[in-house]
Parts: sequence; structure tokens; C-alpha cells
Amino acid sequence: MRDGFDRFAGTRSYITSPELRHAVNVAVALGRPLLVKGEPGTGKTLLAHAVAEDLGLELITWNVKSTSKAADGLYVYDTVRRLQDSRFGDKDVSDIRQYIRLGPLGRALVAERLVVLLIDEIDKADLEFPNDLLHELDAMEFEVLETSERHRARQRPVVVITSNAEKELPDPFLRRCVFHFIRFPDEAQMAEIVGVHHPELPKKMLKQCLERFYWLREVPGLRKRPSTSELIDWIGALVAAGLSPGEVAGELPFLGTLVKKPEDVEAVAQASGRARGGGYR
Amino acid sequence: MKPGGLLLGFFYRLRARGLKVTPHQWLALVEGLARGLHGSSLMGFYSLARCLLVKDEGELDDFDQAFAEHFQGAPEALPGLEAEVLAWLESPIPPYQIDPELRRVLDQVDVEALRAELERRLREQQERHDGGDYWVGTGGTSAFGHSGYHPGGIRIGGQGRFGSAVQVAGQRRFREHRRDLLLDTRQLAVALKKLRALTRVGPAEELDVDGTIDRTAREAGELALLFRPPRQNQLGLLLAMDVGGSMEPYRRLVDVLFSAAHGARHFKRFAHVYFHNCVYAQVYADAAFSEPIPLAELLRRFPADTRLVLVGDAHMYPGELLDRHGAIQWDERNEEPGLVTLRRLAAHFHHAAWLNPMRGHLWEAPSVTLVRSVFPMYPLSVAGVAELAEELARKAPRGSPVRGRAGSAGTRR
Repeated sequence: MRDGFDRFAGTRSYITSPELRHAVNVAVALGRPLLVKGEPGTGKTLLAHAVAEDLGLELITWNVKSTSKAADGLYVYDTVRRLQDSRFGDKDVSDIRQYIRLGPLGRALVAERLVVLLIDEIDKADLEFPNDLLHELDAMEFEVLETSERHRARQRPVVVITSNAEKELPDPFLRRCVFHFIRFPDEAQMAEIVGVHHPELPKKMLKQCLERFYWLREVPGLRKRPSTSELIDWIGALVAAGLSPGEVAGELPFLGTLVKKPEDVEAVAQASGRARGGGYR
Repeated sequence: MKPGGLLLGFFYRLRARGLKVTPHQWLALVEGLARGLHGSSLMGFYSLARCLLVKDEGELDDFDQAFAEHFQGAPEALPGLEAEVLAWLESPIPPYQIDPELRRVLDQVDVEALRAELERRLREQQERHDGGDYWVGTGGTSAFGHSGYHPGGIRIGGQGRFGSAVQVAGQRRFREHRRDLLLDTRQLAVALKKLRALTRVGPAEELDVDGTIDRTAREAGELALLFRPPRQNQLGLLLAMDVGGSMEPYRRLVDVLFSAAHGARHFKRFAHVYFHNCVYAQVYADAAFSEPIPLAELLRRFPADTRLVLVGDAHMYPGELLDRHGAIQWDERNEEPGLVTLRRLAAHFHHAAWLNPMRGHLWEAPSVTLVRSVFPMYPLSVAGVAELAEELARKAPRGSPVRGRAGSAGTRR
């Protein structure tokens, strides 16, 4: 791992802005969690992978669901297995520790080496979830109640938290985070990103695709605007079908990879009708 | 300028702009500066301050404007200011350089001195705020002192001349802001969480430890695992909202309530309907009143244990409640006075209440008094919603028609 402040420089497959790199480095230097927000498909989750890859650290992922509890992230005590094991007396159940299973946060805190912990989509969980994590993220320690063992992180793990802004996060939680909002990439940045995934793509085709893509994003009344990952899939489909730039300029082939709601397909049809100066079809 | 003075000015400017920057965050910035995380460049300082002080993308624009104002003296509002800030920061003269004054300040930040200064200022601010005169006359920094709300609308004339009267008036207004304007979706959602009735339903997948111990002991040590269904909220919420007319000023408030209730996933069922001023023979599925739902249909769709919350100012001409054909809407020809319809709702839903966005002192109006004779009324504020949620979560509501009948039967016997 590199020393000093400017540790994270982005990876070859993950293009970052200077501001995002700076935010990551500030979070690492201050030992604070990095909270990343942004439109879906702007690579919030991939950021943690890129940070881990670039710094050469292990990545531990915690996929938060609506039923996730903060305590489960630390550890789960498997009572049932212990009771089962105790039935016939053929196993030694006196050591509770073998029935304690660490969760992602717990593993990150007891890790021997520095790790990257990704807490993905924190806003999916219950309202109180972020608040329940405050102590562990602040003090970087926890206690296993059943064994009275205290674990304290040797090094503060690099914590990356993503949120889709489905729910507002509590203020005390936000205050402790380094915040970064990933803006939707502009055309130049996007060309770079697409170049990573489709290096063979001819320049003319790329330009045509991006033009259509950004036009599509601005279609009035669109409920779900297509994202980066959808653009990459779309170009993949175009390449596989061997279409030419001219064919992309007129129609929008494989529209289904970009626009997924029936209302949106309708909106696009109307807009492209207007763009051609006549009715659709 | 004293070291730190320039920086602290920025802190207060951000707060004046309405950003809820706290000393905690500010100290993090100071720590970052002391450790050189800004890389001795103003661009670095900008990006460091932004990621530590901003907590929501909605605040980014305010941050940028405050930054430009403070470090360049740019005009207050300019379209495309963000780009200008960036361009200005990246302009080649001097390239990634900082002006010597600021550089000296940033490089020689004495954390201890700054901390002391900050604490001193906070202490001072606290005292003055209690006195109430500081934030009366000083324009930009006047937002300082409480919970980070920028009271843009507070202007109290006469500066300090009114003495203690202004102090009292000032404090009062501040409290009102805390209760009403600080209301955000999250606070309301937390308040609404009290509205639940937990019952064990669904597949048995949770280990009942006490039951297991008990059964195992009865079986003389032969392990007998006992599972039970997890507890789940069985409560349904029906939100009926008054829209249009006198409710227009409260639209944002009602929107916040709606998104809080809509986002709360703990209800077994959540539905909403609209009405205007009072409920008559029908309610509407949409705010444009194009999809009517007859009242009988509504009562059929929602069982009596659904919690009904009506939201409205209940402020109208009393005839709209008391007269046949009293409805304000032209095409609404109600055969039954509105008040009778409201009583029918109250009789059907065992748990019903009214939320009023209007200030409490206006509740003496005749129409409001009439509505309050049918539904318990709560103010549409965090405290009010919390109180309502707690009340509606009860199994047997206080003063419910059911209990009232049982009581009167008892006296007759």
C-alpha cells in the first residue's frame, strides 16, 4: 500500500473525478466513513471495489436489506446449533465462541490487516439502523455479550457507505461521515468510462451512441433516466449486433436495454416523433 | 486578521446560508487542515471542506455560493456559479496557488488556539442568544445558535431598544420555528413509528427461548425447540387529505407528512384519499378530484380497525358542515350535512383523528370547534403527530364509541 495522503488514485477500470479521489483520501486519512450518494448506476458500489483493488486491501461487503439489523453486522449467536450439539453429549459445547459467527462489520473490526468495508445501500434498512451503528463506527470496537470479549480494531478499516436516498439518514450519523455526491458523468468522462469497457469501439460509433444517450436522458417526462451501466449494456448489444453509427442515429435499437418502464417507452416514442418533425410512424 | 478569523467567518457564513454545520464537523475540518489534507491549495481546501461540511446534495449549491462569497466576494446569486468557482480555483494565475495571506493562515493553523477560539465564540454566542439581541440585528450571521435552522423570515424592528420585550418575542418565535419549520420527513417518519400494533403472524421462524427452556425441562432434558412467528405490525393507515383553497399555504407541510407516511414501511397497509374542506358522499383517489370513491365503497374497503387520519384546516363556513347542499364545490350536492358524514366516519373507524396544520390559537373558529366535537384534533407538527400516533396505536381508544355505549349500558342496568 502506498504511504502518505494521496493513496487512492483510481484504477484502470474505474474512472474517478479528482474530487472523488480527494474525498476517498480524506476519509482514509481521518479514519471516517465515506458516504457516497448519487443517481443509480453511477458506480457507488464499484467505488469500494476500486478502493480495495487500488490500495491492495481485502474487501468485506455488507449488503443491507430491509430486514437487516445493526447487531447482525457485528455477530450472530447460533443458539439453536449449540442446543442441538448439546443433545447427545458427543460435542463439547462449553466454548460459546464456536457458536459466535461474526458479521461483516465484526469481521472488519477484528481483521489482522487493514480492510475496506462496504456497507451497501444503507437506506434500505430500518430508520434506526444508521443510529445503531454510530458507536461501533466511532469507537471501532464492540463486545460479544455472550463471552464478554471486547474486540477493538487494530487499524480503523476504510468504510465506504452507499445510499440511494430512499430514506433520509439521521443527522448524527451524517455528521460523522465524509460525504461525496457522485455527479452524473459528462460526455467527456463518459467517453473515458465507455472506453474502459469497450476499448474496440470506433470513435464515430462512440460519439453517435453518446449523443443519442444524452438526448434520451433529457426526454421530458422520463421517470427513470438510463444510467451508465445501462449505456454500457446498450453499446454491448449494438456491438454484438454489428450495427453501424447510421443505424443508431435514426432509430433507437435495443431500446429495452435503456428504458424499462412502459410509460417511459411511450415518452421516448413521442419525443422522437417530435424530433423528426412528424407523428410517430 | 487573526489566524482562524477568516476560517471562522466561513463557518458562520455557511450557517447563515442554512447549512447545518456543527462544531463537530468544523473540528474535523480543522484537524484535516492541520494534517495538511488540503495540500496547501485552495482547490484542496474547497474539496476538503465540502466533503466534511456538506451532508446532502441539496446543500452543495449553498456551499458553493458561500464559498465563492467568502473567498472572492462574488455576487450573491449567479447562474452557473458552481462552474465559476471551479474555474476560478483552477485559473492559471496563480495555478493551484493560494494567496499568501490565506496560505500563511492555513499552514500555521494552531488547532488548540482555534479550538479555544471556537469554544469562546460558541460560549459567547450562547449567552447572547439567550439574551436575544445578537441575532436581532446582525444580518448574515444571525442564524447562529440553535439547531441550524436559518430563520430567514425573522426580522424584528427597532434593534435593541425594545429590551426585554424583544427578548421574549424573539424566543417565542424561535420555538415556533423549531416545532413547525424544522419538521422534516425523517422526524415525522420517526414520530409515525409509534403508530403500530405488533402481533405475531406468519411462519414460525423465531426461536422462543423461554418456551424452549420450558418445554425442554418438561421433556426431562430432551431438547424441544419451540419457534414462533415474528412480531409484525398489523396496522393499516388511511390518510384523508384536504386539498385546495385554504389548504394551499400548508401544501409543503402536508407533502412532508405524506412522504413520511408513504415511506414508512411498517404499516401493513397504507392508503390515501383526498377531499375538499369536508367529506361528503364521496372522497377522491387523486388530488385532481377525477376518481371519486363513494363513501360506502370506502367504508367497505377499509375495515373498522384501520386508523383514519384526516388532514385539513377544518376552517370553513359552518354551513358547509351543517346544511344539506352545503358543500362548497359546485357539483357536490350533498343530501346529508357534512357533520353527519364525519360522524359516520367516526362511527365506522374506531381509531380516527384529525391533524390540523393551522396554529392552535385559530382552532376556536366555529367550524373547527364542530369538527373537534367529532374527532380529536392534533397540530400537524412533530410533537402533534407523535401524540396522535401514540393515541391511535392503543387497542381500545380513549372515549371510543364502543366503550361509551358499554358505559351507558352499565348505568342503565
